[in-house]
Formats: sequence, C-alpha cells, structure tokens
Amino acid sequence: MFNLDGKSALITGASGGIGGEIAKSLHAQGATVALSGTRVEPLEALAAELGERAHVLPCNLSDFEAVDALPKQAVAAMGAVDVLVNNAGITRDNLFMRMSDEEWQSVIDVNLTSTFKLCKGVLRGMMKARWGRIINISSVVGATGNPGQGNYAASKAGMVGMSKSLAYEVASRGITVNCIAPGFITTPMTEKLTDDQKSGILGQIPAGRMGDAGEIAAAALYLASAEAGYTTGTTLHVNGGMAMI
Amino acid sequence: MSDIAVRVKKIVVEHLGVEEDKVVENASFIDDLGADSLDTVELVMAFEEEFGIEIPDDAAETIQTFGDATKFITEAS
Repeated sequence: MFNLDGKSALITGASGGIGGEIAKSLHAQGATVALSGTRVEPLEALAAELGERAHVLPCNLSDFEAVDALPKQAVAAMGAVDVLVNNAGITRDNLFMRMSDEEWQSVIDVNLTSTFKLCKGVLRGMMKARWGRIINISSVVGATGNPGQGNYAASKAGMVGMSKSLAYEVASRGITVNCIAPGFITTPMTEKLTDDQKSGILGQIPAGRMGDAGEIAAAALYLASAEAGYTTGTTLHVNGGMAMI
Repeated sequence: MSDIAVRVKKIVVEHLGVEEDKVVENASFIDDLGADSLDTVELVMAFEEEFGIEIPDDAAETIQTFGDATKFITEAS
C-alpha cells in the first residue's frame, strides 16, 4: 500500500520539521524527492541522509521569479513532478490593529501566492500524465482563526478555497488537490513557545499532547498515493481532536 | 489542406475523440466538437508542443475553431 516507486515529488519547506518528515516518508515509499527551502545546509543534510533519489533545490518563495523557475528545475532534476507538497510557510504575528501592510503581504506572498504559482507550474505535466497529487499544508487556524495571526490564518484559509477550486477543474484529469490542516505539532517553530503557552495549548487538545511531524507525514503519504485517487478537494485535519471539523 | 492543417486536425481528432469529417473550418471546439474549457487549454498545449511555438494566454483565448487554430499556427510558425 502507498507505494510511490517511480514517482517524483517536490516538497517546499523541506528544511523544516514537517516538510522534512514528509520528504522522508515519500522517499521511504520509493519516491524521488526534490527538497526545496531557503536554508541550503539542512536541505543538504537531509539529502545526504536520504542518499539516492534526493535533489536539493533551494528557493526563496518570496522571490516570484525564483518560484516560477522551481517547477522547471524540479522537472530538470527528476524528469517530472507527480506530487507537489506546498508545505513552506512563514508567520509574522501581530495584533490586527498593529499589523503592517508589509506583515500582511509577506505572509500572503509566501504562503498563498507561491502556492498558487507552484500549483500552476506543475499542472501542465500532470495534465499530460493524467496523474497528479497536489498536497497543500494549511493549518487548523485557517479554519478556527487565531488571535495575532490574521495574516497567517487568511493565507491558510485561502489555500483551502484555492485547492477546492482547482480540485474541481482537474479532477477529470486524474489529478487530486487536497489540504492537510495540522494542529499543534512539535517542531522547531513550536519549541519556542513558553511552558505556560504550551500548557494552555495542551488544555485544548483532547489527545493531551502535541502532534508529531511524522503524523502529518503519514497523512501526506496517503494523499500522495495511488490509493487516494478518489479523495480530492478535502482537508484532512490532523490535530489531536482540538477542532473537530 | 496544408501540412499544418493536417497536423492540427490529427491533434483535435485524437484529443477530443471526434470523427475527422466533423473537424471543418468553422467547427467550434466547444460548441461543435464537445470540448470543455479545460480541453481547449490542453489543445493549445498540444499545439505548442507539436509546432514548437508559444501561444500566449490572450492569443489562446481567440482560438475557438479549427480554422482559428490553423490560421494562428500558420502565422506563428
């Protein structure tokens, strides 16, 4: 089940906690992976760990020319992009009343506009192949909102609406488009939270613990697989029960 | 029929699964040949590859019929 032999996957934000685990899971099932991110060192380290079938494609997602070039670089490296995982994301938290246009725009650009551009960039190959998997990593806060994250929540909710629209358009071509909405996951990003913040968060999670990046990767592996061919336009919430939606 | 028209017709027939004699000069991809809007995008992609040309989005929108396609490609190539 979930075999990905012969498939090629482009993963953004592969230098981060969740992206790295997704890359490892897809690779373990036989996929060739292109690891993208802004920091080259962790990408190189991950590629070395994976060994064969791993390519490093650094890309700054706030640079739209670089974003447009990324799908082409991935095709040059791997021959095709069968699976696209838009995982990269940034936060620029601030109270709504204090949020600057720049804080708003930078989060929308990196999280939402780059996702749009990368989806568009891989569609041609997927349409010709009559097979494709697009997995957009949204967030629980895209559905619930979160104080201080008006920009981030908007970008993550935007991803969901965009994915559903695209899913309609390309379903007849064997291409599925889905989102995963992680809850609180143990990553370097959430390590920065104080103990008080953490215990506050845990009180809202029926599972009583933070999630593991591997639990997001498992969801991504399912959505990338041939077995998930009838699953499209959906959002898989992986959040320990903190929001049952 | 020009060589270009023959090749265009072949792509249309294969892609839309229609009879060759239905693909006449004024045949509209959508109204006469049963294409949906995504089919027309794919047809343009196929033309670009077959003839090694680039068809910009605004030009692609003007290609509605078999005749439009052969005319545009003849001028572009």
